[in-house]
Amino acid sequence: MRAIIPLFLFAGLLALLYSGLALNPREIPSPLVGKPAVAFIAELLSDPSQRIDQRLLSAKGPSLFNVWASWCAACLEEHGQLLALARRGVIPIYGLNYKDERSTAQRWLARLGDPYAATVFDPNGRVGLDWGVYGVPETFLIDQRGIIRHKYIGPLTPELVEKDLLPRLAKLRAEQ
Amino acid sequence: MKPSYSCALSIVLFACVLSWPAWAIQPRDFSDPQQQARYQQLIAELRCLVCQNESLAESQADLAEDLRNEIDVLVRAGRSEQDIKTYLTDRYGDFVLYNPPVKVSTYLLWFGPFALMVGGLIFLIILLRGRSRRVAVALTTEEQQRLKTLLQNDRSDHP
Repeated sequence: MRAIIPLFLFAGLLALLYSGLALNPREIPSPLVGKPAVAFIAELLSDPSQRIDQRLLSAKGPSLFNVWASWCAACLEEHGQLLALARRGVIPIYGLNYKDERSTAQRWLARLGDPYAATVFDPNGRVGLDWGVYGVPETFLIDQRGIIRHKYIGPLTPELVEKDLLPRLAKLRAEQ
Repeated sequence: MKPSYSCALSIVLFACVLSWPAWAIQPRDFSDPQQQARYQQLIAELRCLVCQNESLAESQADLAEDLRNEIDVLVRAGRSEQDIKTYLTDRYGDFVLYNPPVKVSTYLLWFGPFALMVGGLIFLIILLRGRSRRVAVALTTEEQQRLKTLLQNDRSDHP
């Protein structure tokens, strides 16, 4: 019996290391979750003469704030999912066009379709820095009071939308 | 192309490859040596979130360049080291610090290795004590008698 103890210890260690493999090192918890949407004043992507601020994000109840760029391959992968979500009309999606060129970004949306209720233009990444953006795409879930409730790092997948986003949204609506 | 010429060219190209990291990250000049030191120390102590095993001083990622610019501006504005670290942890969390603060969520990180070491030492001591006690047990007179007869028998078997 004594001889089996090291075997159990080893199995425990294996289980610990194996569960570590399943963690994604790119998913760094954001200190902004639970805090109010970070303040900004920035131009709209579609219209340089119009400036908007963070209050827009919670003006019509809960919303998603999706950080994207035309140079980001994972954003392209995610785009169909955002379009589908916008078509369902369950939650308004606002965009943050991060470190991009206006004309390129506009063409990208014209070509692929525009899921965003409005897109904030952030050519030098100033707004992104204040929001702790470090990898695009990132998506913030903002509640009706303007509090950041969750952050998704990396592309939204159909699975993530069904199993995580929609339940969270239902909970937010129940709070109302 | 003459061999000597191509050889010289390859040496030049190789030198370019070697010097690449040196000119990729622009050094910055501060008029105040104290600010220069603060800047250097901060970028060495802060971690790039994209290339997670590199400090801001080493990383060539776009984000690292942005954060270096930001730290540059803050240092020139006369902000303290603690101010700047707080500025970054407010946005990116403790993850940006290579030297995270001691608090409840980092106890395991800071004290875990010592706890393991102490646990290991205790285990080792118990193990060694058990072993030495087993060696120290003396034979009873009965056992000594038996041992003697066994040894004698052995000798008589193989003269």
